[in-house]
Amino acid sequence: MNIWIAVGLTAVGCYAVKLMGLVVPAGVLERPLVGRLAALLPVALLAALTAQQTFADGHSLVVDTKAAGLAAAAVALMLRAPFLAVLASAVLVTAAVRAITGWG
Amino acid sequence: MGTAVGLSGFAFGVTSAGSGLTVLQTCALSLLVFTGASQFALVGALAAGGAPLTAAAGALFLGVRNAFYGLRLSQRLALPRALRPAAAQWVIDETTAVSLAQPTRRSARIGFAVTGLTLYVLWNLTTLVGAVGARAVGDTGTWGLDAASPAVFLALLAPMLRTATERAVAAVAVVLGLGLLPVLPTGVPVLAAALAAPAVLWGAGRRRRPHTSQTPSAKEER
Repeated sequence: MNIWIAVGLTAVGCYAVKLMGLVVPAGVLERPLVGRLAALLPVALLAALTAQQTFADGHSLVVDTKAAGLAAAAVALMLRAPFLAVLASAVLVTAAVRAITGWG
Repeated sequence: MGTAVGLSGFAFGVTSAGSGLTVLQTCALSLLVFTGASQFALVGALAAGGAPLTAAAGALFLGVRNAFYGLRLSQRLALPRALRPAAAQWVIDETTAVSLAQPTRRSARIGFAVTGLTLYVLWNLTTLVGAVGARAVGDTGTWGLDAASPAVFLALLAPMLRTATERAVAAVAVVLGLGLLPVLPTGVPVLAAALAAPAVLWGAGRRRRPHTSQTPSAKEER
């Protein structure tokens, strides 16, 4: 039930912000500061989410094989590899290190 | 672009099912939310045991960028009022990029409709395949699929890190997100990390103000 509440809230909220952009008169949101903040907000959230999903285990921090996979993805991104290769390298390296070392 | 969206749709389906959502809940997210980063954030927060409200708030914060896409699109596409509620669901990163790259209004409208429809169908089909397939796969960890979600976030983040300001925001957000993890309820540290954006902007503004004429902005420094 809790999951359905979260699904419903996210669906309604995300649709509302999409629609808002299309229907509000131009200029309302187009102040430089608001624009800068809107551009930086996803940067902050994505950085925090990447770090958490790699290093968090409940309320504690761990370094496990996912870190190796993320490092591989970072290298792929630096080499300007396509999205597909970035995702594949993260998954394959994590699986490989896990299989070889038997580590979490 | 289609392959990339297809693969992340599949990865989302697998991740979501692995996070304990049912196939129906997973597909409902892709049908109704249809903005990838928010969906990954929501199922990640729920899997970690976050409260529904905090989990939804994180997903919603990530979706706010779509409002600014809509703002630019509404000028480019000049859609009739009646069509806007229907078009809104397709206002995402990819459709915005395609539409704004078109030379004329007509081609922008065609680009928006074709990209929107194609990706909507593809995203939802691959989500379904991923969610159903996750059962067959069994433990997603064995296949390293639990690394897919952070890799998607990293791939979305990387092109945004153009200037010193963005890198500073990312660094502060990582410190806040990880540092607050042991002490705050699940899902809240990510929301707190969002404060990195106004904090860094404020700091950058303060540093620039004393001698505005000489100090190059963060953009020019690069």
